[in-house]
Amino acid sequence: MKKIRIHPGNLGKQLLSTGNTRTKRILSFFGHSLLFLITGVSVVSVLFIFIFIFRDALPFFKLEGFKEFFTSTKWYPSSDNPSFGALSLFFGSAIVTTGAVIVSVPLGVIAAVCLSDVLSFSLRQIMKPVIEILAAIPSVAYGFFALVIFAPLLQDSGGNLLAISSWIVCTPLILLITIIGSGLLASKISPVNSLYIRIIAALIIGIPLFTGLWFLSSHISGIQISSGTNALNVSIILGIMALPTVVSVSDDSLTAVDRSLREGSYALGATRAETLIKVVIPAAKGGIVAAVILGIMRAIGETMVVWMASGNAAKIPHPWFNFLEPIRTLTATIAGDMGEADQVTGSSRYHVLFALALCLLLFTFICNLIGEKFIKRSKKITR
Amino acid sequence: MKTITILAVFTVLCCLGIFLVNPALAGNPRSKIVVDGSTTVGPIAKSFAEYYMRMNPVVNITVSESGSGNGAKSLINGTCDVANMSRFMKEKEFKAAVDKGIFPVAHVVAVDGIAIIVHPSNRVKSLTIEQVRDIYLGKTKNWNKVGGTNKRIVIISRDTNSGTYETFEKLVMKKQKITQNAEYVGSNGAIRTRVQSTKAAIGYVGLGFIDKSVKAVKIDNIYPDNNSVSSGKYPIARPLFMFTNGYPKLGTHLHAFVTLYLSEKGQEIIESIGFIPITKY
Repeated sequence: MKKIRIHPGNLGKQLLSTGNTRTKRILSFFGHSLLFLITGVSVVSVLFIFIFIFRDALPFFKLEGFKEFFTSTKWYPSSDNPSFGALSLFFGSAIVTTGAVIVSVPLGVIAAVCLSDVLSFSLRQIMKPVIEILAAIPSVAYGFFALVIFAPLLQDSGGNLLAISSWIVCTPLILLITIIGSGLLASKISPVNSLYIRIIAALIIGIPLFTGLWFLSSHISGIQISSGTNALNVSIILGIMALPTVVSVSDDSLTAVDRSLREGSYALGATRAETLIKVVIPAAKGGIVAAVILGIMRAIGETMVVWMASGNAAKIPHPWFNFLEPIRTLTATIAGDMGEADQVTGSSRYHVLFALALCLLLFTFICNLIGEKFIKRSKKITR
Repeated sequence: MKTITILAVFTVLCCLGIFLVNPALAGNPRSKIVVDGSTTVGPIAKSFAEYYMRMNPVVNITVSESGSGNGAKSLINGTCDVANMSRFMKEKEFKAAVDKGIFPVAHVVAVDGIAIIVHPSNRVKSLTIEQVRDIYLGKTKNWNKVGGTNKRIVIISRDTNSGTYETFEKLVMKKQKITQNAEYVGSNGAIRTRVQSTKAAIGYVGLGFIDKSVKAVKIDNIYPDNNSVSSGKYPIARPLFMFTNGYPKLGTHLHAFVTLYLSEKGQEIIESIGFIPITKY
């Protein structure tokens, strides 16, 4: 803490700080207790949220038991003989969160590496705030985009879109494999390092891979998406929403890696790529894992987008990894069913929503704990 | 240490204090009418309120749209004067109301038809109520089974909260469960948005929500319009209710408000927002 020296001439300040010791103590007591109260509000509210959700979730398990809730996929809470199988809801949340992670983690980590180690300082000062604007867009705006623009697009030209994106994703990957693979192959064929042999090796590896990609994409472009509000749509949107979290947390941990580590690596003759992959990223690993976990929490807790654009069909897609079918998540169910589900019209139906909320809360709570742990650990390593 | 204990006790007391404050203590002045309930009846109540407040500037009418079930709940809890409902009160709700000393009285303000809508490019012009039921049960999966092109049917339904859903469930589904493949959306407008952007979609909305961007199909050969609905020929129609606690005292603003639908102006308003008045003037 910084010490403030009081100049003899500054009478007012002196009077305030060196008054009667009793007044001073009372004032400081009130100051402390006020601050304590304000801080206490957030602690107490977390506690109360847990208590009240638990209190309202408990009657459901007493009334209906655990088995149907966790094993059945039949979600008919409003029917005359209701069934509360939440398995498909858990599955829905899991599949869109997985999708969001697949979208946001590679993009986010690459962007963070680029921001922290590749771009110039002035460019970084522009790029990072722009990426963080993504977090400031209200989720209902994302939902509107997903429902009104993205869903019809997927329906009308979904196959072509998927084919194009498979090219975008696979082309750099194949090029990388070809370059590395041809180097290895060429060195096996002849010990002499000749460009001629390398080109032949590259052709041997590259041509079948690109033909495979060609067949794959032409097969994909034939796919007809009957409904645009599906797991894929929501996954992509949630991935974009989780992106700023992933980028800024992993960027923070990458920039926290000490300069001496990088310089040591360069001094040993490592290239920039080697330094990044072998030194900087491993040192910031904890922070990157924490970024991923925070991204997961962002995706699983999101409500508005999934309620608007996931289709809300409570079922496990067939086959289970089919991203092109509508799904229903925990959050959307809680938001959508809360209106009618009150004590008057049926208590199980009301309490089941709290049971869902409890499961969600426990999951994010555990995620948060793990994330905290990784952030702490990464701080220790990088310091 | 002692200070901390005192502070902790103080905090707990403060928290308890917050819970003890009863929000229901605030009384309703007579010139204020609180309306809550169905999103379908909501537009009627809003236009009525707008018109009534223009005529009587001293009256303040607030209209919330939180769903029929919430409307009933608000009336039972005494937090609203008028509950808009797109279905009749359930037995349980009636019992809960009477237990609390509230005696719900129904005013049928208008009739609403539920139209089955498809994409304008869909060749299907007419369906029977059984065909609609089979589609929503998941038995009919392709449009070519009901005279359309070879496309998988995308089934869209309102969420289980809505009065529209409950009426559809009662009048069309006959209480059978809608297939798990059905997609659920949160409002009549959202159903229309989904149907106008999805070629293979089928959905259902209140009559007031039909426009050129979607096509309403004939049900049992009857097209949903004002005449067929108010005469009872169209099979998927329902009355829309406003519930009050007892019949409002004659001469009060509340009485004038809930009987506005009987006046010529009230019927004009109802027609202008796409519903059907119960009487013809």
